[in-house]
Amino acid sequence: MPDLFDIIGPVMIGPSSSHTAGAARIGKTARMLLGTTPAKASIGLCGSFQKTFQGHGTDKALIGGLLGMEIDDPRLRDSQTVADAVGFQVDFYSASVKGSHPNTVIIDVSDAKGRSVNLRAASIGGGEIRVQAVDGHETRITGHANTLVIHYLDKYGMIANITRQIAAAQINIAAMLVSRTAAGGDAMVALEIDGRAEPALTETLSGLENVYSVSYLAFTHDYE
Amino acid sequence: MDTIASLLKAAKQHGSIAQAAIAWQAKEAQTDVEVTRRMMADRLDVMKESLREGLNPDLRSVSGRVGGNAAKLNAAANAKLYGISAKASAYALAIAEDNACMGKIVAAPTAGSCGILPGVLFAAQEALSLSDDALVDAMFVAAAIGHVIAMQATVSGAEGGCQAECGSAAAMAAAAYVQLMHGTDEQAISACGFVLMNTMGLVCDPVDGLVEIPCVYRNASGAAQALNAAQMALAGLVCPLDADCLILTMKDVGSMLPASLRETGEGGCAACACCHTDVSK
Repeated sequence: MPDLFDIIGPVMIGPSSSHTAGAARIGKTARMLLGTTPAKASIGLCGSFQKTFQGHGTDKALIGGLLGMEIDDPRLRDSQTVADAVGFQVDFYSASVKGSHPNTVIIDVSDAKGRSVNLRAASIGGGEIRVQAVDGHETRITGHANTLVIHYLDKYGMIANITRQIAAAQINIAAMLVSRTAAGGDAMVALEIDGRAEPALTETLSGLENVYSVSYLAFTHDYE
Repeated sequence: MDTIASLLKAAKQHGSIAQAAIAWQAKEAQTDVEVTRRMMADRLDVMKESLREGLNPDLRSVSGRVGGNAAKLNAAANAKLYGISAKASAYALAIAEDNACMGKIVAAPTAGSCGILPGVLFAAQEALSLSDDALVDAMFVAAAIGHVIAMQATVSGAEGGCQAECGSAAAMAAAAYVQLMHGTDEQAISACGFVLMNTMGLVCDPVDGLVEIPCVYRNASGAAQALNAAQMALAGLVCPLDADCLILTMKDVGSMLPASLRETGEGGCAACACCHTDVSK
């Protein structure tokens, strides 16, 4: 439910909520999914993103987001310089995904140790984003709430094990989407939660049997 | 607070549209009135900084087509005493130009239309020696109008054309100006109605798909249009069409627009033959 600060707001670096702010949010989401400092990224731009990225600073916004910048960070303008300074290599290419939203982007990002994440996301207007796929798993991440993304082996009881830990931390689950490549294969669950997850919870979840990885996407910030 | 009618009803209960909007927002975010006002005041501060940056005559966008014109208009408005409309247009243009140049702005309701509301607010503040507190109240009036439009229709150019972006921004600014002039809630709604009526059908047609031409100039004209509508309402003219009805009609018109006139950069101004030669001159 949008509130009055979605009407007068967000505070952002221009010029476009979809092509700049949304792009920065997608970059930041990719970084949070990776969970570490990115060393290399390859970014495919589709449709309108591909046609107008330079004039909108879409490239700068994506790089800035991957470097951890928020949508109102003035350093977004010079993110390429920041990337060069820290040795973050980024290349862009033209991509196309059949039937996708015109503002779709595909990101492959990896850290210095070789851990990598692939995602497909769209900037759907007004700075709103939808992450549609992570590492080949179809999903739906909105950024409206803090989100846990967990990769695990598809076995009975896994969702129960995971949600039991979340319940033990007294956290309410607002939305949950499970996907798997094949029965008994790799599976992923994206959980939007109320409030925030403390590091202790993500550690517990990471330690569960048959859980491969846990990413915590901290989208919401308390007002200072 | 999903319709203008319910907004007016809430305004009667709370004393004014501004107070109703603040109370609604505080409840929605589970916080208090003081924090809610402070959050809006923080946005006003960002708007001030965007204005300062946008008046820099050396400002240029990446394409080189936008920047520096607000400084010219502002200088002329100061020297030739054009009045509040010219000042509001100059300020709206400044903030829109700052946005085009990757400045830090407050979407109001969108980035592409971010100059209109602050343009009107700051011109009014200067002309009438208003406090920031008064501006914050007016911003809540604007936000309430924008919220109703977003709930009932859309504020996205890609969905509803420029009428949904700059039209909505001007409708918000018109109501805000009525609040600053101590007009009645009904006059604020009439001002909003006048803008929606007079921007009906405005298409979103950015040249090369960039938030530059005609966007920044539509911000300048949107500010003037907001003041014009507010002046009519403050003079006692009643908008002959119902604001709720106009909002739904704006949505219908938006959905009738072909895709080429909804932010694709294909039709309208974007299709002018001169765009494909050299518009930087």
